[in-house]
Amino acid sequence: MINVMIEVSKYLMILLIAVYTYLNFSYFRFHEERKQKSVCRKQNAAMFLLHFVANLILYLKSEDERVMLFYLAQMVFLAAYIGLYQMFYRNLTRILVNNMCMLLCVGWIVLTRLSFEKAVRQFIIVAVAALVTWIIPLIMDRVWQLSRIPWVYGTLGLALLAVVWMVGNNSYGAQLSISMGSFSLQPSEFVKISFVFFVATMFYRSTDWISVAVTTAVAAAHVLVLVLSRDLGSALIFFVTYLVMLFVATGSWLYFLTGILGGCGAAVLAYRWFAHVRVRVSAWKNPWADIDNRGYQITQSLFAIGTGGWFGMGLYQGMPYKIPVVEKDFVFAAISEELGGIFALCVLLICLGCFLQFMMVAVRMQASFYKLIAVGLGMEYLIQVFLTVGGVIKFIPSTGVTLPLVSYGGSSVLSTFILFGVIQGLYILKKNDEEDYEEDEA
Amino acid sequence: MKKTKPDSHTNRNILLITYLMVGLFISMIGYFGYFLQVRGETVINNSYNARLDRFSDRIIRGELLSHDGRILARTEADEDGSERRVYPYGPLFAHSVGYSDHGKTGLEALANFYLLSSHMNLIEQTVNEFSGVKNIGDNVITTLDVDLQQTASDALGGRRGAVIVMEPDTGKILAMISRPEYDPNTLGADWDFLISGENTEAQLLNRSTQGLYPPGSTFKILTILEYIREHPDTWREYTFDCDGIYECGDYTISCYHGNVHGHQTLEQAFANSCNGAFAALGQELDAGAMHDLAEQLLFNQELPLSLAYSKGSFTMNTGADTWEILQTSIGQGNTQITPMHNAMITAAIANGGILMKPYLLERVESSAGEEVKQFLPESAGSLMTADEAEALSGLMRLVVTEGTGSAVRTDAYSVAGKTGSAEFETGRETHAWFTGFAPAENPRLAVTVVVEEAGSGGQVAAPIARSIFDRYFSR
Repeated sequence: MINVMIEVSKYLMILLIAVYTYLNFSYFRFHEERKQKSVCRKQNAAMFLLHFVANLILYLKSEDERVMLFYLAQMVFLAAYIGLYQMFYRNLTRILVNNMCMLLCVGWIVLTRLSFEKAVRQFIIVAVAALVTWIIPLIMDRVWQLSRIPWVYGTLGLALLAVVWMVGNNSYGAQLSISMGSFSLQPSEFVKISFVFFVATMFYRSTDWISVAVTTAVAAAHVLVLVLSRDLGSALIFFVTYLVMLFVATGSWLYFLTGILGGCGAAVLAYRWFAHVRVRVSAWKNPWADIDNRGYQITQSLFAIGTGGWFGMGLYQGMPYKIPVVEKDFVFAAISEELGGIFALCVLLICLGCFLQFMMVAVRMQASFYKLIAVGLGMEYLIQVFLTVGGVIKFIPSTGVTLPLVSYGGSSVLSTFILFGVIQGLYILKKNDEEDYEEDEA
Repeated sequence: MKKTKPDSHTNRNILLITYLMVGLFISMIGYFGYFLQVRGETVINNSYNARLDRFSDRIIRGELLSHDGRILARTEADEDGSERRVYPYGPLFAHSVGYSDHGKTGLEALANFYLLSSHMNLIEQTVNEFSGVKNIGDNVITTLDVDLQQTASDALGGRRGAVIVMEPDTGKILAMISRPEYDPNTLGADWDFLISGENTEAQLLNRSTQGLYPPGSTFKILTILEYIREHPDTWREYTFDCDGIYECGDYTISCYHGNVHGHQTLEQAFANSCNGAFAALGQELDAGAMHDLAEQLLFNQELPLSLAYSKGSFTMNTGADTWEILQTSIGQGNTQITPMHNAMITAAIANGGILMKPYLLERVESSAGEEVKQFLPESAGSLMTADEAEALSGLMRLVVTEGTGSAVRTDAYSVAGKTGSAEFETGRETHAWFTGFAPAENPRLAVTVVVEEAGSGGQVAAPIARSIFDRYFSR
């Protein structure tokens, strides 16, 4: 009986997320506010329904009352976040809030299925992050000095990374985090944000060759420290983001192509010099040759995705727990296995939708400082999604980064909330500006 | 805050980057779809994938059938729900069908995913789901032929060895035997003995794909092919005078049982399997080119085969010493080959140089008999040119009409083949090889036989091939 329900729920959830994703892209067609709002309301309906169906199965299968309570807590949070955020900031972009909530939902469903304790922990971190980052748009609006302090961002970021490199905890061969009591913090997640602010403030001041040289040197220092900490995923994110910001700021193809060539050269050198890079590449090229050891994680991930197929096995019908660190770097495989390949594709498209929103904000902003920030944060976000999903499906070598808002991990969630908060801030700035302008005209 | 003019240049660049990233994403999505649709099934059918075992909680493992529909393996369920895998032919198909209770091997491993998938009609499946009854898994029809398997097994008798029978133009494996065997029906009870240290018989090893043997004179197919490549126009002019023992410096190579072949052309030397002639000829060859040829014929390479197998090995290369060259040219020395690998080379010669990927799965049917999936022959590439295949085919025909392959000489059909008597330890009887195909002019069947420690290929192995050909061509 329960098996039949799981089977039916599986298709229902795929349908709901497909509708949600479709609405997400149809949003771009509408320019009237009324129609946009109607799209967002429909999205909310699809999301809450999906959330309910999933939690019903989670409850029936686990027979744990706490799951029900947890569901209610999540529902209250989502409703409050969606409702209050837009009451407070009249001009925010609702679709971005929706997407955040949808991704959080998916993350909670998968985490609850994998480990109730971790899911609760994650939920608390999300709630705190939501509260703390509430004021970001407000700050963006008031504190114009943000564009004046490049060296604060630069030194702070580098110092944090250097600390991790020297005293960081070693996990899976990389130094990623520092411990503070029972908490462990992953500073590179926050340096991502300060890095974009650093580059944007530098190029906002000037894009002459001296400024470019200095900025490039500091950016290179960031990347180098990350490579030394063996955090290859972050190193790649920083590198690509810098290259794109440089290109957008200067419009110079020379810089862009030199950067790409330099990046390729650096990749070859890294492959020659560092054994851990070679290990990752060989595990990607032929994981089957060393299936017990280096190829274990990726092959388990492929088994999960392949066995799940387009429609998935249904919640609790697969074995996502067979994949090492499934709740962090390999969460996409767990989604694909139990909720289905189509569902996973929709998650991917929602992420892509967020990126398009970011870029739209970048295009609409008038100050180059804001443009650069939107481009930089958008790139960081999308490259991270690309690296994690590409690694999980063996499209590219695995680099060990998380899927923002879906994966388990406090630092990642908090920094993603900051990232989305900043973009919301930019959007609100622009909207307020337009309204002022219209009032002046009138 | 300073406002720059809306800069169309910057916006164009932002859009460009956006398109680039969307393009990157779409290619990743494309790969994801390709993986799910095309690659997935092959990838997940792996013994490391514990997920498939979970399927058996809800599905009764399907049947394995011979190509004419006879049951090779089925699952019997008792009333209390306990299940037992039954193999009606007992040990006959031991290695080809394999087993599924102590890990999975053979067809049980190869077809695992299909046997544990159900394509019953959806209403029936739903009814079963509600009433808590297991669905019935799909049946897999194999390429195996019960008659030929039985014939080959009888001909091999109680001796240790392996036999492979396949269609050279499709790659279908019709029979695959490895002896000594085990009985899959009593595997549970026998397991501890079979894997214990006192048991030296290695019954669990599938000798046909995993047993490595020196190829002996069957390797002369490669030696002569290299000579033909180096002397495309003049190779027929080569001659050698055999007095039974060939001396080269301090080394001597003798022909089988010291036979004296006298004056030999290359064709005669091949037909009579004259070791002296080939040892002499081997020294004229370019060892590096010989190495390349061996690798082209899949030595040191992965085989196009879905079953567990061992790789053949060939070590001679540029700079090899005289002794290694003498030994290697006649198929002794360090060279090792599995019967399946030898069968592939033979099948490629029979099929104009093109190797068809050997396969065992013919099609998958639902329990109601509806076709779910059909497997088609696949080319595994060309091992040699059509001309080379034709030349070798002619030479192998002479082995049967004039030389050591007299056991398969008959008017009923024409066989082309090569015998081999491979030494593996001083003072012990040689391994007997025969590999060949028939009819020589339009090959339909390729047979490879190895019998361990049994004597000469012509006298021991060729008669086994004979009984298989007889059986096949008499129906």
